[in-house]
Amino acid sequence: MADKAASPVIMRSMLGQVRGLGSAKAGTAHWWAQRMTAVALVPLTLWFVCAVIRLAGLPRAAVVDWAASPLTATLLVALVLATFHHLQLGLQVVMEDYIHRDRPRMLWLLVMKAAAALLGLAALIAVLKLAFTG
Amino acid sequence: MAEFTLPANSKVQPGNTYKAPAGAKRVRSFKIYRWSPDDGKNPSTDTYEIDLDACGPMVLDALIKIKNEVDTTLTFRRSCREGICGSCAMNIDGTNTLACLKPIDDVKGDVKIHPLPHMPVVKDLVPDLSQAYAQLRSIEPWLKSDTPAPPDSERLQSKDERAKLDGMWECILCFCCTTACPSYWWNGDRYLGPAVLLAAYRWIADSRDEHTGERLDALEDPFKLYRCHTIMNCTQTCPKGLNPAKAIAQIKTLMLERQV
Repeated sequence: MADKAASPVIMRSMLGQVRGLGSAKAGTAHWWAQRMTAVALVPLTLWFVCAVIRLAGLPRAAVVDWAASPLTATLLVALVLATFHHLQLGLQVVMEDYIHRDRPRMLWLLVMKAAAALLGLAALIAVLKLAFTG
Repeated sequence: MAEFTLPANSKVQPGNTYKAPAGAKRVRSFKIYRWSPDDGKNPSTDTYEIDLDACGPMVLDALIKIKNEVDTTLTFRRSCREGICGSCAMNIDGTNTLACLKPIDDVKGDVKIHPLPHMPVVKDLVPDLSQAYAQLRSIEPWLKSDTPAPPDSERLQSKDERAKLDGMWECILCFCCTTACPSYWWNGDRYLGPAVLLAAYRWIADSRDEHTGERLDALEDPFKLYRCHTIMNCTQTCPKGLNPAKAIAQIKTLMLERQV
């Protein structure tokens, strides 16, 4: 059914093909980190949404006061780190699922990770700036 | 990339219709996927009208009746007709199952029959399972023990140890679960799939096996194991009522357990 002219002839045994390059001896840390960041994000996100609703409409000074508290700043930094770490872990899984060829997959993984890192850093700087300089 | 449309030479076209004999009272239409490697044509869907009053109760009975009495070219695998050999695994009414265990009356309307999804087709309802069989071979599904067996008896197991194998030894390797898994559709060349991972866990959980660590090493891989995203199609479709998703979750738990 496949277009035979377009695909190379493979004479390697099926067992050799499925064993491939062997096990990467990795994946557990990624899998566990994805789940733990997800668990951490449940209370952090709920707290953040409630706080934003409470702050809605208040003057800027009130928001700065809120963010300058060490507890608030700590939780905001934790929220940013967990969100962007979870984001890049999850998008990596999606890309590994759907981009089949090795080179494009590696390319898009690098682009995605760079974007997630820069966006995360920008969010972090914004929180720190708000907390320390108002 | 994932493929969302069929290649041009795989698009299914309308096929022949075989009418029920005159005077048939309880007529059901069986719409069956047909493809032959020999004629260079696209696959088609043939319609066979069957009188259920002259046919056994299961979908396999209808397929055998069609092959015997209507169209001898219809090609499918079958052997035991009682759900233990796994040969007649196919997609019936949108779900992978065994034709011999699927009552025709369970299907509403026309009975649509396709080969197991996303596998190369050999002919009609016969899929090429070479890759899945090689994957099973790759996890070495046999007892591996460095302690010699007792010279005059079998290797012993307590009742509790034996009970851990329940829900796994019953697998008949029909690959209904594996071919129902989207992760296997997209990455079947690297992901082992639920049937093979269930078989791997069957040996990991066996108290007589001494190669548990090596078995876990061989599975610890982003593609071989961690393509499972607990979609659960495997457990939902298993014609034997087994739970491959749970076995995979238990492998993942052990992966974590040996690190903490």
